[in-house]
Amino acid sequence: MRIILNNRDDEFSRESLSVSQLLELRKLSFRMRIIKINGHLIPREKYDSTIINDGDKVQVIYLMSGG
Amino acid sequence: MDHLSRFRVGIAGAGGLGSNCAVSLARSGIGTLVISDFDVVEPGNLNRQYFFINQLGMFKTTALKETIARINPDTIVIAHTGKLHRANIPEIFAGCDVIVEAFDAEEMKEMLAETIQIKMPDIPVIIGSGLAGWGNNESLRCRKIDDTLYVCGDETTETTPDNPALAPRVSIVANMQADKVIEILMNKEL
Repeated sequence: MRIILNNRDDEFSRESLSVSQLLELRKLSFRMRIIKINGHLIPREKYDSTIINDGDKVQVIYLMSGG
Repeated sequence: MDHLSRFRVGIAGAGGLGSNCAVSLARSGIGTLVISDFDVVEPGNLNRQYFFINQLGMFKTTALKETIARINPDTIVIAHTGKLHRANIPEIFAGCDVIVEAFDAEEMKEMLAETIQIKMPDIPVIIGSGLAGWGNNESLRCRKIDDTLYVCGDETTETTPDNPALAPRVSIVANMQADKVIEILMNKEL
């Protein structure tokens, strides 16, 4: 399947994957983040249960300490 | 800028980002600022936060309200002194047209952004992320994720003992956030 990850095309050999699997596969490893799929925020407790499908637009925003 | 006097802006945290952002927004004539913070002014804050020696020991909300009254008494400051959490955020920032995320700790940034995006989905939130250290200022930017989410900063650097948050880059990001607030409000009908 193909998705748009942070405004870039990205391709995976499987038909769907969970948010947790995406984070692992793409090594998106910073501790704190915001994830939006097609404009909807996915809270942390739903990373395992939320499925990303072909054509989805996924945004991963890192939150760095400091302020 | 009479237009800006009709709006209410929430500022979550009154540290380096929040204090500088609030002062810029008051100078710009925002009508009402809702400022939330639980902390008191300490000597270690003065390297980057908009406070003064004679305000040491005061609640940051109280000190900032006092400072803003000296700059622009027409800006009303509603100070909330206490911790923000998932349950009280919608109530404290009720009626805000835009909310600025100005926390230091990354867990708090995530909690605030998640809470607003889920419980107040129409209200734009402007996050600060990545401002530690010095130099490399071309990496600081304000990025629009969508109509309700913006990120200001380099989205890369985090504060560590070797790479602290310092006044110049913190103020740049705080003012990027303030500028984005103004841009959003100038495009907003009442």
